[in-house]
Amino acid sequence: MTEQKKHLFDNPKNSRRLIYALIACLLLLLALEPLIEMHPYFPWEEWPGFYAIFGFAACSLLVLAAGYIFRPLVKRAEDYYD
Amino acid sequence: MTELPLPPALIYIVGALLVPLLPGRIKSIYLLILPVAAFLVLINTPAAAVLRFDFLGFELVPFRIDRLSLVFAYIYLLISLIGTIYTLHFKSDLEKVSGLLYAGSALGVVFAGDLFSFFVFWEMLTVTALALIWARRTRESQAAGFRYLMVHVFGGLVLLAGIVMYIDEQHSIALGHIGLTSPATYLIFLGMGINAAWPLLHTWLTDAYPEATVGGAVLLSAFTTKTAVYALARTYPGTEALIWIGAVMAIFPLFYAMIENDLRRVLSYSLINPVGFMMVGIGIGTELSINGAAAYAFVHILYKSLLFMAMGAVLYRTGTAKATGLGGLHRSMPWTALFCMIGAASIAFPLTGGFVSKSMIIDAAAHHHLALIWLTLLFGAAGVFLTSGLRICHGAFFGKDRGQRVEEAPGNMLFAMGLAAFPCILIGVFPKFLYQILPYPVDFEPYTAAHVVTQLQLLLFAALAFTLLIRAGIYPAEQKAVNLDADWFYRKGGRLFYLGADRFFNTLNRTAEQLFIKKITGALAGFARQGPAHLAWLLLNPLWRLSLDRQEQQRRKAALYRSFATGTMGLAPMAVLIALFLGLIFLIGN
Repeated sequence: MTEQKKHLFDNPKNSRRLIYALIACLLLLLALEPLIEMHPYFPWEEWPGFYAIFGFAACSLLVLAAGYIFRPLVKRAEDYYD
Repeated sequence: MTELPLPPALIYIVGALLVPLLPGRIKSIYLLILPVAAFLVLINTPAAAVLRFDFLGFELVPFRIDRLSLVFAYIYLLISLIGTIYTLHFKSDLEKVSGLLYAGSALGVVFAGDLFSFFVFWEMLTVTALALIWARRTRESQAAGFRYLMVHVFGGLVLLAGIVMYIDEQHSIALGHIGLTSPATYLIFLGMGINAAWPLLHTWLTDAYPEATVGGAVLLSAFTTKTAVYALARTYPGTEALIWIGAVMAIFPLFYAMIENDLRRVLSYSLINPVGFMMVGIGIGTELSINGAAAYAFVHILYKSLLFMAMGAVLYRTGTAKATGLGGLHRSMPWTALFCMIGAASIAFPLTGGFVSKSMIIDAAAHHHLALIWLTLLFGAAGVFLTSGLRICHGAFFGKDRGQRVEEAPGNMLFAMGLAAFPCILIGVFPKFLYQILPYPVDFEPYTAAHVVTQLQLLLFAALAFTLLIRAGIYPAEQKAVNLDADWFYRKGGRLFYLGADRFFNTLNRTAEQLFIKKITGALAGFARQGPAHLAWLLLNPLWRLSLDRQEQQRRKAALYRSFATGTMGLAPMAVLIALFLGLIFLIGN
């Protein structure tokens, strides 16, 4: 999963390869889901791709809300307290 | 005659005092031996060993062992060894001594069996941590350290008040389960909560840790908060309030961590999230959840210190930890980058320690059908991977290349990072190593297909979102800024209070000075000075009016006042006055 990643990314082809690898993993994970025996505690765990969507949505929500809603509210100049 | 046990805390604290006396190489060897020696002593101490003293009618128990104490003690010893290796090449004796005393205090807290010893060691944590912050010797660190001190002194007083009241109620100083019952217990709860960085009480952490030294931050991240976790697990397991407090702690810091510029501050905010998980684990109170909290504390110390070490190395080599000034360092610091990525993965990836411990807490929440909490923790898990893992690695080592080409971190730092990374992976692959030292027997299987697949989905799709946001250019840019947090109240708010008090009291002071000192006292002084002259003039004036002209009167009056002012008077007037004065006394006396 986390192998040597030095100097490889100077080459844009390698960055793209990494992203393809990521997408391949994601597709694999989605494909595996129906084959797995889940012991769900909650009903929504059984929705197809629940964790995938949750992870994606949580991350997007966090980044966008933090950057575009939260930051404008709390951001001040670096010397605000001085 | 039973042997007295040798507490590791004692070894550290006494050992620390010898450090400044040793010369160079020997000092380094000594520093490395100390944690190892303490560890060997500890594992050879029988489980029933105890130190007991009678003290003013109470029973002091500065040392006693149980499984909960041990799991924390083991990781404390390991991390202090790692921290020592990390800072081996630094020359600051202050840091080395404080680091040992700090670790020693934490070891003292976890083995304390009575409230008095507990409190003494707890307060020592504050003082020694302060030294690690101030050791950086920058203006910001001095100010941040001062604020740290204020908050922790306050916390210590709250804790002390609670402890004193509690001892009064219980008539014993034994340390055991407390639970929220009387006001005393609420105070103790709050006092511990301050060290655990509860919401609104957390700003000391995010304010001070990034200002600490390169090595100091590594130690700071390990001890204070986890000791609070231990304390709460010992005294308030199953307290429902902790579940909610922990849930809040799992969410709010992530927003700050996303927008902060100083990457060590990002790590500090991200630190609150896992401690929140531990709060939830303690709050749920079952064997599984408390095991989870202890296990996660163990693993968290490892990977958090790994991340702080990586960022510390970056700071050491580049001179900055700010995202606006970093990027592309994987070219010049590949090993540090690798270790940073291992640390990032250890947050929750399968085959790392984070996976086998965090899942216990999340599962415990599910067992108890705490749906909202479970969803919150899940969000927190994805979020912390984003802020503490992806953002750190991307911001420092990948991302925009700023053209910096620095040296790789020194060998001892890399070795220390490796020493922290190794157990992260080892525990992930062989969780039994960790499980067997947890307080309660473990009946939990982390490596079920369901667990692995769902967790990987969660994390990798979060990573996908991160990647897409960056590619699409919507990811918010790094900016130099200060972000307002709850410490606004005692920083800006404190300044306003100071200004108000200054205006009010100084005006009062000036007015009083005008009135009492200048006017009234002045008048009195003037009277005392000129009183006798006035009197003399009153007596002489009628005489002069009869015999002298106006000009001569004025001249003599002026001369009279002058002679009184200078204390030089002619003999004759003096004689008359004395005679009059004596006469007056004679008359009054009779």
